[in-house]
Amino acid sequence: MATRSPLSPAINPIEENRQGIIGKPLDRVDGPLKVTGRAKYSYEYRGVKDTTYGFIVGSTIGKGRISAIDTSRAESAPRVLAVVTYQNAPKQAPLHPREPGPSRFDRSEPFLFSPEVRYFGEPVALIVAETFEAARHAAGLVSVRYVKDPQAKFDLMTHQSQAYKPKGVNAGMKADTSEGDFDGAFASAAVKIDVTYHLPHEHSMPMEPHATQAVWEGDHLTLYSGQQVAAWAQSSVAKTLQLPLENVRILTPYVGGGFGSKVPIHAQAVLAALGAKVVRRPVKIAQTRPQMFANTNHRPECLQRMRLGATKDGTLTAIAHDVWSQTTPFDEFIEQTAAFSRVMYAAPNRFHRHWGVMLDLPTSDIMRAPGEEPGSVAQECGMDELAVALDMDPIELRIKNEPTDDPETHLPFSSRSLVECYREGAQRFGWSKRPKRPGTLRDGRWLVGYGVASAMFPTYLRPSAAAVRLNADGAAIVKTDMTDIGTGSYTVLTQVAAESLGLPTDKVTVELGDTRLPKSAGSGGSFGAASAGSAILLACEQLRSQIAQLVSKDRRSPLAGANVGEVALRGGNVVAGEKSESLQAVLSRLAPSGIEGKGEHQGAEKQPKYSSHVFGAQFAEVGVDIDTGEIRVRRMLGVFGSGRILNPKTARSQLIGGMIMGIGAGLTEESVVDPRDGSFVNRDLAEYHVPVHADVTQIEAICLEEKEPYANPLGIKGLGEVGIVGVAAALANAVYNATGVRVREFPITLDKVLGGLPDTIAT
Amino acid sequence: MIPFTYERAADANSAAKAAAQPGAKFIAGGTNLLDLMKLEIERPAHLIDITRLPLRQIEAKDGGVRIGAQVPNSDLAAHPLIRDRYPVLSKALLAGASGQLRNKASTGGNLLQRTRCYYFYDTSKACNKREPASGCAALQGFNRIHAILGASDSCIAVHPSDMAVALTALEASIETMLPDGSKRTLPIGELHRLPGDTPHIETTLHPGELITAVVLPPPPPGNQTYRKVRDRASYAFALISVAAIVRVEAGRIRDSRIALGGVAHKPWRALDAERALRGKPASMESFANAARAALRSAKSYGGNDFKIPLAHRVLTRTLAEVAGIEGAA
Ligand SMILES: Cc1cc2nc3c(=O)[nH]c(=O)nc-3n(C[C@H](O)[C@H](O)[C@H](O)COP(=O)(O)OP(=O)(O)OC[C@H]3O[C@@H](n4cnc5c(N)ncnc54)[C@H](O)[C@@H]3O)c2cc1C
Ligand code: SF4
Repeated sequence: MATRSPLSPAINPIEENRQGIIGKPLDRVDGPLKVTGRAKYSYEYRGVKDTTYGFIVGSTIGKGRISAIDTSRAESAPRVLAVVTYQNAPKQAPLHPREPGPSRFDRSEPFLFSPEVRYFGEPVALIVAETFEAARHAAGLVSVRYVKDPQAKFDLMTHQSQAYKPKGVNAGMKADTSEGDFDGAFASAAVKIDVTYHLPHEHSMPMEPHATQAVWEGDHLTLYSGQQVAAWAQSSVAKTLQLPLENVRILTPYVGGGFGSKVPIHAQAVLAALGAKVVRRPVKIAQTRPQMFANTNHRPECLQRMRLGATKDGTLTAIAHDVWSQTTPFDEFIEQTAAFSRVMYAAPNRFHRHWGVMLDLPTSDIMRAPGEEPGSVAQECGMDELAVALDMDPIELRIKNEPTDDPETHLPFSSRSLVECYREGAQRFGWSKRPKRPGTLRDGRWLVGYGVASAMFPTYLRPSAAAVRLNADGAAIVKTDMTDIGTGSYTVLTQVAAESLGLPTDKVTVELGDTRLPKSAGSGGSFGAASAGSAILLACEQLRSQIAQLVSKDRRSPLAGANVGEVALRGGNVVAGEKSESLQAVLSRLAPSGIEGKGEHQGAEKQPKYSSHVFGAQFAEVGVDIDTGEIRVRRMLGVFGSGRILNPKTARSQLIGGMIMGIGAGLTEESVVDPRDGSFVNRDLAEYHVPVHADVTQIEAICLEEKEPYANPLGIKGLGEVGIVGVAAALANAVYNATGVRVREFPITLDKVLGGLPDTIAT
Repeated sequence: MIPFTYERAADANSAAKAAAQPGAKFIAGGTNLLDLMKLEIERPAHLIDITRLPLRQIEAKDGGVRIGAQVPNSDLAAHPLIRDRYPVLSKALLAGASGQLRNKASTGGNLLQRTRCYYFYDTSKACNKREPASGCAALQGFNRIHAILGASDSCIAVHPSDMAVALTALEASIETMLPDGSKRTLPIGELHRLPGDTPHIETTLHPGELITAVVLPPPPPGNQTYRKVRDRASYAFALISVAAIVRVEAGRIRDSRIALGGVAHKPWRALDAERALRGKPASMESFANAARAALRSAKSYGGNDFKIPLAHRVLTRTLAEVAGIEGAA
């Protein structure tokens, strides 16, 4: 199979894993700080004592312009320091161009720059006051008059006919791809389905709201801001405020969840900086939960038409996946939803296409597994519908269409264990007990059904740098601006460094989340551990080689004259063959003030030789209350082929966290837009239903033994996102199996199955 | 949040007196009031904190139970008297909110919590309840959670409490103290109002009137249950809920008490259903007829159309269950 990662050192301590630290279920190293409240989040920095508070005033129309704005009452309210509007805001760069360019996140993002209102809830004023309460109060005293734009568009279904073809889609992918003759193959297919799925807007809604504290010192700006990618936040803020990059520092050592929504900078970050500039004092702002619905990321509503054609024995001959999703007139984000179906199954005739529908809503953006999560719904429910049409087991249908290479690029897969995931999962889950006919398994008042679906997420590697310092006492400090958004970065990076340096984990300290540290890829796209970890591995390799040169040249060392390539760091010692000297002795003699290694890489090759993804199989058992249609998850199992596992504990947390969020996508989460004014209607966590503990009963995720030789030198695959992929489809398929009701409108709430349930009250 | 003054009440009478001033409001657990104040939906000028008033007793009284207005929802749900003799109430309480909220939420506050209508919560929207004569954004808006019984063109909001639905089936009465120090008792059915064209007036309480206790009469004979249908397994308001107490003798329904939640501007006593059941055989047919009677005047508004068949099914089924009848299918 595949060769090694081009970045792998000749002797790769992670592969060798002599100390066994890789794969150990190490507890979170930042756990004690978090449970004792000592891990500080952005809003918790007390700052210098003259910190002030900002509160955002949002527009109350969906599109139009401000015709008059009266801030006088707010300005004269007690303890108010400033009211900032488009009329008096400090100068900012113009808004970024609509098309995303090389990065959506590294670009200017001004606020309060124009009387135009682009979406409901867009900031129209910022109050800065001595206290939070005063700011909040004054926000209610700003009066704004608007002229509404009568042409405003808010509803996807209504405006689907005005869809346009984008040049490309998110993650640098092509809008359309095709191969063979779909139309011909589909027309002549023996068995086929042609169905459309409708998925709602969803919001990331991390527990920690989007919050920023801004502190100016001269023309230098420090932002304490919960961000997933420190470097992007830095350059985006610098571009917006037209500052040199080095004048902006982002501090984001702890982040209370992101799910994509803290990859871009949002209103509060820019407004805190503007407000602080105006009042010449630090300003902190946290978005309220209702504000977060308009001013952070949402996954766009979409329509997906899926056509599948097959021979009678279930061999796919034709796949077409068409996607229409919401975007805006001022910012193009087209979720790469049809990308999932490009990778999953073999079929000689196919196309995968995207359209955008411009609506006057907040910009849509990345949310956990952008593209793969919604795309898996159409492909994987579609496979289930096809299996029904073929009267075939849905797992066998998938195995039958397992491709021999990447169906789109025709590159070989570096590793792909989808079939093994299905076989292992079927065994463990008891798939053979699945009712063959829907609506036939009962448990008391519950109709019970089983469903499966595939999961997939690309294995990305992005440019990253790290520095690792060894002190003379043999303790190591790892530095990179990587973030830990609750995922376990601190912990797994500790393990990578400890194993690479031959040290116990308690000798390693990891520092993250500060743009003064070497620049990494940050957290997003499930690339964090691989990208930052590889840089750390390279930095450790550089350290090893420096130490090897020192000892081999030092006559006092028992390793004098050793071949530099053969010197290793292991168990706190420097070793070569049988010879060994303690690391501490070497350092205190040869590098008494410590020694630093640097590692840097440029990410994946421009022309990869292999196609790399994590694959998995999601199994679900649901109960549907025969009287009320209430749907409850009884069991879930995810089986993943995910390369080497750095830490089974954090890996499992990521996977089941994703699966739980998938319950939301399948059954409960929907951000409803009021088509009369473009506002989100259910704007709090009482009415935007994320799954709660009681919704999660038995849930398990397991990772198969799998060797990933190529994607990165750690041999790992990112697990932050794949857990959510396929869950909604597995649940939908299970609901069908339980009831015989096929719901194509998500989330599957009880009202959508009620009409298809047996008449339990017939008399 | 607008500025307000605050006092801690020393005794019930001075609390009621203080609350009679215009713009004054009691604050108990604050789990509803504070949220609404932050959103500037409630804008009291003066708060009277009643949490230290000696209203935390649960005591047996005349074969029933007297519950102080400050008893937290969690204590009430766990009390042996309630668990043993009024399981419908205990179940209803435990079906509401979350553990943390129930620890804070008081009996009086729970009764007077306000609707969760999305448009009521968004001050940029027309809402007759929040701002009389401004209109009702829910009528033609997203009204999935809204009323099917007793609503008006002015307001289609529902009362969100679970506890109050159980209390309605139990025919609880409410003890209050007025600003002049006098006391009165009113049946729970007379506490909340239907919206009519004054949806901003939600109860029959007078300015400053303090709820001091809720009194449960002796439990009516029969089996009790509470069934709540909701969008997730916990921590969601009822789409439909049913509190039912049914007494079956020799295969016939001797008596029943039925209240519905999630359907109306107040906890809804289904008297028509009770009448339809009286003396009838305990059968699916009787229960379905009773449900039909309860929903005869039901009306839906688009988003909540499903609530009518849902209410029909869940009411029928709950009655069958509490009567110990195995239904069809
Ligand atoms: C996220 C969330 C989910 C919830 N889910 C549910 C649910 O599923 N089911 C459910 O039933 N409830 C639910 N609740 C509501 C909760 O039960 C109420 O907020 C709570 O019962 C209110 O009690 P409190 O003591 O905090 O009232 P407060 O907020 O203090 O007061 C509420 C109102 O009652 C008035 N008041 C309080 N005490 C008295 C008194 N003695 N006399 C006169 N007036 C008084 C106050 O002036 C105020 O107007 C939920 C709440 C939240 C925030
Ligand atoms: S239903 Fe009632 S509470 Fe809701 S918007 Fe209409 S008037 Fe207001």
